[in-house]
Amino acid sequence: MPRKLIIDGKEIEAEDNLTLLQACEQAGAEIPRFCYHERLSVAGNCRMCLVEWVGAPKPQASCSLQVKDIFPNKDGTPARINTDSPVVRKAREGVMEFLLINHPLDCPICDQGGECDLQDQAMGYGRAAFHRFHENKRAVEDKYMGPLIKTQMTRCIQCTRCVRFATEIAGVPDLGATGRGEDMEITTYLEKAFSSELSGNVVDLCPVGALTSKPYSYTSRPWELKHTESIDIMDAQGCNIRVDTRGRAVMRILPRLNDDINEEWLHDKGRHIWDGLGRQRLDRPYVRKNGKLVPASWSDAFAVIAARVKATTPDRMAAIVGDLAAAEEIKALKDLMTRLGVPHLDCRQDGAKIGGGPRPAYLFNTTITGVEAADALLLIGCNPRWEAPVLNARIRKAWLNGPLKIASVGAPVDLTYPAEQLGTGVDVLNALADGSHPFAEVLRNAKRPMLILGGGALARPDGAVILHHAARIARETGIIGPAGTPAEGGWIGFNVLHTAASRVAALDLGFLPAPASEESPGGRDVAGIVEGAQKGEINFIYLLGADELPLENMGRPFVVYQGSHGDTGANYADVILPGAAFTEKDGLYANFEGRVQEAQRAVFPPGEAREDWAILRALSDVLGQKLPYDTLADLRRALVADLPQYGRLGQVPVWEGADPAVWNALGTDGVFTADVPMGQAIADYYLTNPIARASKVMADCSRELLHSDENKQAAE
Amino acid sequence: MTARRLHEEQPAGFAFSEENMARVNQWIAKFPPGRQRSAVISALWIGQEQEGWVTKPMIEEVAKLLDMPYIRVLEVATFYTMFHLKPVGRHHVQVCTTTPCWLRGSDDVVKACKKHISDKPHSVSADGEFSWEEVECLGACVNAPMVLINSDPYEDLTGEKTEEILEAIRRGETPKPGSQIGRHASEPEGGPTTLTERALYDPTLRHSGPSLSDDEAKNVTPGVEQREAPTQKPPGAAT
Repeated sequence: MPRKLIIDGKEIEAEDNLTLLQACEQAGAEIPRFCYHERLSVAGNCRMCLVEWVGAPKPQASCSLQVKDIFPNKDGTPARINTDSPVVRKAREGVMEFLLINHPLDCPICDQGGECDLQDQAMGYGRAAFHRFHENKRAVEDKYMGPLIKTQMTRCIQCTRCVRFATEIAGVPDLGATGRGEDMEITTYLEKAFSSELSGNVVDLCPVGALTSKPYSYTSRPWELKHTESIDIMDAQGCNIRVDTRGRAVMRILPRLNDDINEEWLHDKGRHIWDGLGRQRLDRPYVRKNGKLVPASWSDAFAVIAARVKATTPDRMAAIVGDLAAAEEIKALKDLMTRLGVPHLDCRQDGAKIGGGPRPAYLFNTTITGVEAADALLLIGCNPRWEAPVLNARIRKAWLNGPLKIASVGAPVDLTYPAEQLGTGVDVLNALADGSHPFAEVLRNAKRPMLILGGGALARPDGAVILHHAARIARETGIIGPAGTPAEGGWIGFNVLHTAASRVAALDLGFLPAPASEESPGGRDVAGIVEGAQKGEINFIYLLGADELPLENMGRPFVVYQGSHGDTGANYADVILPGAAFTEKDGLYANFEGRVQEAQRAVFPPGEAREDWAILRALSDVLGQKLPYDTLADLRRALVADLPQYGRLGQVPVWEGADPAVWNALGTDGVFTADVPMGQAIADYYLTNPIARASKVMADCSRELLHSDENKQAAE
Repeated sequence: MTARRLHEEQPAGFAFSEENMARVNQWIAKFPPGRQRSAVISALWIGQEQEGWVTKPMIEEVAKLLDMPYIRVLEVATFYTMFHLKPVGRHHVQVCTTTPCWLRGSDDVVKACKKHISDKPHSVSADGEFSWEEVECLGACVNAPMVLINSDPYEDLTGEKTEEILEAIRRGETPKPGSQIGRHASEPEGGPTTLTERALYDPTLRHSGPSLSDDEAKNVTPGVEQREAPTQKPPGAAT
């Protein structure tokens, strides 16, 4: 029930479930705060948000006072709240004075300087040339919190935002506040690292310079940086990011607010791979001569490729799209290969048995916000904590706030919320589909049940069979519901969780083996290409940033590697064409929901490296198959003509209802490879792609957070 | 007060004795199912009774027992100064130095402790029998100054009296707890001086004035009936 309040003389109606701070913001007043954060629980311990409630004996902490607790005046007039009266100013100045007693005056050497809440608010509420504390400031030992978080605990003002984030959002209760009063210290349990994939967010949350980014420390000042809005491609969620650059270097990556995707969080891989953007870069073309890669000019490299293409029949050629490619270059490569008549195309480096058919068959249809409406969840071969950590935080949020029941088929891992473990055997899917398993009952009784198929389930030899059974479970248990958004009463709970940022765009564009027909036996998938190369049936492979392949077992085909980093693919390449990383080109990426977003160029590619679509366009000319677009805008127009959704940026496809023919035909019916347990899609969260593998920070994380036990054993 | 840290030297392990385990379980049973972590202070307290101080293995054992992250138990153990994070003597002396005791001479008591136990608080005497610390009000200001030795209070102390008590304990005696100058509870020295009339305690005699009228008795504070009681929130909704 809304209540009337008079805030700074302005009468407003505020919903009674709001806090007074939120009501004041609705009235246009700005309330300073340190401990309050709208996505965390209310602590009410910094006292910076004090406001005056006329008639109350003392100033009130607006963050912890609810509108429903504010009663009207005796004569029935609405309560009057002042947010900028002399009482308020004096109270906040007092709070600031207390905070500054123990806060060091080291702003000139503090990384938070220039974007520090305390600094900013001290400008408003600090008392210049007025101090009455001559005692020593308190000093606090710095703590170890892992390879990503640098601590300067003397600066801590004990707002406990980091502790609440760790406990509530990340679900990894590693942080805590020991001691009390002046001796209160934020710490992990006895110098343990903060082992969350979302740990970097505490750096953003810290209102002072107590927790700062370790890799970014002492590198630049916020006012020196140019900000570019971009999209994270370290997983397929498409978290919105801001790339901060100075000159030609990416200095850091921060999340942007987008409630539909990442709220305001970003996972550690997306946040900290920026040092990988400058390492191991391919900055000029190379051609292999006498077994050695030697630098070459673009025209030489193209000439070598052209000679080879001329000497090879199309059915002995193949092209594979890697995990980080943008939609434009996938389209350019597809168009080029189609013109050359190459049937062996694939984008599924991990061998996932997915693709073909309509979009809902390979998308995360529920949408990220839709997860919050679900009340039962079945994870199949899926570890969202590694495959999409920010999505995992959303699942945890849904579990915290609602009656969400979760079960998992696959390796038992700590997901930060309890999940019933149904074992690693694939046979349990049969029981779930025919309803004999208890959890099938849970799914049936749920109003909005959902399932998530992860890479651990699809990237198996029997992935198609698992897909078939997942679709069967979906049909049997009401996971596939009526058309529309959850708000309109529609529901679709069938989800595929991709881990490669390029995957959905590549599937949309049909970068898949050519279907079999009467004239030809059809194209080979990745496994087929690898096998063909071994047997010498495939002589030419074009890799567009594809590095997660067993190239060492592939015999000696002619390999063209186009990409940004010198990783596995470049090692086995005969010609290297240096491409641009995602921060160096304008590119469209479709996330696992099918939402298309644009990553903008923040810096230029290094050396002679070029934007990938332009490389393919230039190569097509040399091969005599000139692609019909001269600019990125032309290319995008062609893309939108084929796929209209690529013209609607940021929008998520609306569920249009089930077509029984599609869902009945999904996957293939067959027998499970029952003796192979359901594994994980990702072996090491920190090292999943060429950029991450080039990053020293990610290597440190992998060593210290995932393999610390092994290191200890090795040392002993 | 300085930052409270766990002691450098920690024992290898910890287990509640059978009897103490039963007491901890009793405490756990006092809270609703799923709220067993509310027993954390009691569990640590019982553990401290058993070991004399709170050890790292004890913190971890309690955390496992109550299904809490280690850090949550560490927070509790470092928050409350009643938990000793270092070994203490067999007789731990807590000296009250809050204003009333200080005015009545707690400085002398502290001096006696320094002389007979050790120069610094929180350190065990050479014979391992004693340790002492300064604490805030122990709630016997009328009989100031006072000390609490393990669970026995000794009141109305002077420096010499304290030394005598410590000596006696060292000899293995148990000095009589309570006032050391013969007062009964907190009565004045030499016995009561007011309210001494026997008749006051005669149950047959009644209050003689007019009794309160109903209206007067029910005269509540204005405005009370208009206030709303806040609705109860579930505890620990986030964790």
